[in-house]
Amino acid sequence: MLTDKEKKEIFEEVKQYPSPKGACIDALKVVQEHRGWVSDESVKDIAGILEMSNEEVDSVATFYPRIYRKPVGRNVILLCDGISCMIMGYESIYEHISKQLGISFGETTEDGRYTLLPISCLGDCDHAPSMMINNDHYNNLTIENVVELLDDYK
Amino acid sequence: MERPLTEHIKPGAPPLTFEEYRKAGGYEGVRKALKEMSPTEVTNLIKDAKLLGRGGAGFPTGVKWSLVPMEPDRSKPKYLVCNADEMEPGTFKDRYLLEGNPHQLIAGMIVAAYAIQADKAYIFLRWAYKKAEKALRKALAEAYEAGYLGENILGSGFNLDLNIHVSAGRYICGEETALLNSLEGKRAIPRTKPPFPAASGLFGRPTVVNNVETLSWASHIVSHGAAWFKSLSLTETGGTKIFGVSGRVKNPGLWELPMGTTVREILEEHAGGMTEGYRFRGALPGGASTDFLVEQHLDIQMDFATVAAAGSRMGTGTMIILDDKTCPVAFLKNIERFFALESCGWCTPCREGLPWVEKILTAIEEGRGRMEHLDTLKSQTKYLAPGHTFCAHAPGAAEPLQSGLKYFHDDFVQHIHDKKCPWK
Repeated sequence: MLTDKEKKEIFEEVKQYPSPKGACIDALKVVQEHRGWVSDESVKDIAGILEMSNEEVDSVATFYPRIYRKPVGRNVILLCDGISCMIMGYESIYEHISKQLGISFGETTEDGRYTLLPISCLGDCDHAPSMMINNDHYNNLTIENVVELLDDYK
Repeated sequence: MERPLTEHIKPGAPPLTFEEYRKAGGYEGVRKALKEMSPTEVTNLIKDAKLLGRGGAGFPTGVKWSLVPMEPDRSKPKYLVCNADEMEPGTFKDRYLLEGNPHQLIAGMIVAAYAIQADKAYIFLRWAYKKAEKALRKALAEAYEAGYLGENILGSGFNLDLNIHVSAGRYICGEETALLNSLEGKRAIPRTKPPFPAASGLFGRPTVVNNVETLSWASHIVSHGAAWFKSLSLTETGGTKIFGVSGRVKNPGLWELPMGTTVREILEEHAGGMTEGYRFRGALPGGASTDFLVEQHLDIQMDFATVAAAGSRMGTGTMIILDDKTCPVAFLKNIERFFALESCGWCTPCREGLPWVEKILTAIEEGRGRMEHLDTLKSQTKYLAPGHTFCAHAPGAAEPLQSGLKYFHDDFVQHIHDKKCPWK
């Protein structure tokens, strides 16, 4: 069941579009903002509100990488593996984070604190290598500074 | 030298407020267009100025606007969409403009919307650009407050509602028809053209999609005229251009320079040359989907026509530099993996061809390559070429590959011959 707050936020998005369907991506983002990810149940709930089939909503949800259809950790680390970051050595940063946290790309730590995901290009190419943790960008990463940065996210 | 797009951007300082930007003359073009010009006059002015699309394709902006039907009876609603979904690997110019001067974009969008008589506009913004989103939302609120957005703008009778849509990822959203599907809440799959968006775009209505840098020009051109705009450039195409460099150079970054500045000047004077201990081997001049330029091309001018004559594309104008300590096969594998992952899967050559290319490049890099792989890769660049696929995604992926195979042939052969990567 969607909360009243979620419903209200979704209806607010619907106003932007000529038909409710237009707000599908926004609705998925609203739910994810509140719950961290989008469950099967939430897909059905959104479909109900936007007058879409469950399958239609799911086809949209699974198309976009920033909609998570599986639970993620409290903090999501998006490490750029794009070309500029590759030239500037993201691979050693990855190995370092991976070793420190004991997870590979696509995995979540056992305590649910971090999920590590690859991302291609964050638009920080002049300060590569770069990553995002939740909504924050970090640039000019080195194996010395990266673990300290992670520490701030509990 | 004039730098109209970036003169008000001060690194580290917040962007100008509405009032500050208006006082600096930034909204003058809006006032002039709405008060003194007809919509068609605005479009003709942009046509005369030869403003070519800064998203990468270089299509004449005024021509795009002129394709929108202007008969009053079939005109409502019409849409203007700003493509701010910058996701081309190695490209970061629009972020700079969005974060640095959001009012410049809003002013440009009002002018553009007036020219095509759109009553609704969207900024399709990349999800990762959090700082830009914050700056834009603040600027939008100020523009509404000042009566430059909303109903009856400046008493002209023209109405414009401007919204931000924050994307949920996916490179293909940068393709204009895929972007429209995404804005409609659907999977971002490109649409068949024709009909072109100008006839049938967002929600089936006439729509213009323009890039951030392109729209940022509109108000300036109305204020200062087509001749002024042309005078900023060293080549036929008008204006300045935001050029950028990333990779192993001393001073990676962005600079607003005259259109037609040479690759060498950008690389050596502005980016400071290669980092100590690294040698230049090649550059993708305008993002990952452009053909390599090499040493022999350093003196060409950065403009759509001149870079095309050298066998590449200016694209977004943000260069990625390949140095001698980076393996060209690994470089290409990284790019092709990106394109394979980001293929929307709609058409077969792209969906099947790109993973195949990635697989072969991986094999070569890991020392499992065979000489016939090079022929397969070459033939793939043909299957992925324009005319064989639904949109420009796969042809874009083929560009660095075909030129990489040509310019770095010896490196490929060495991998195959030595059965290992010489850089490892």
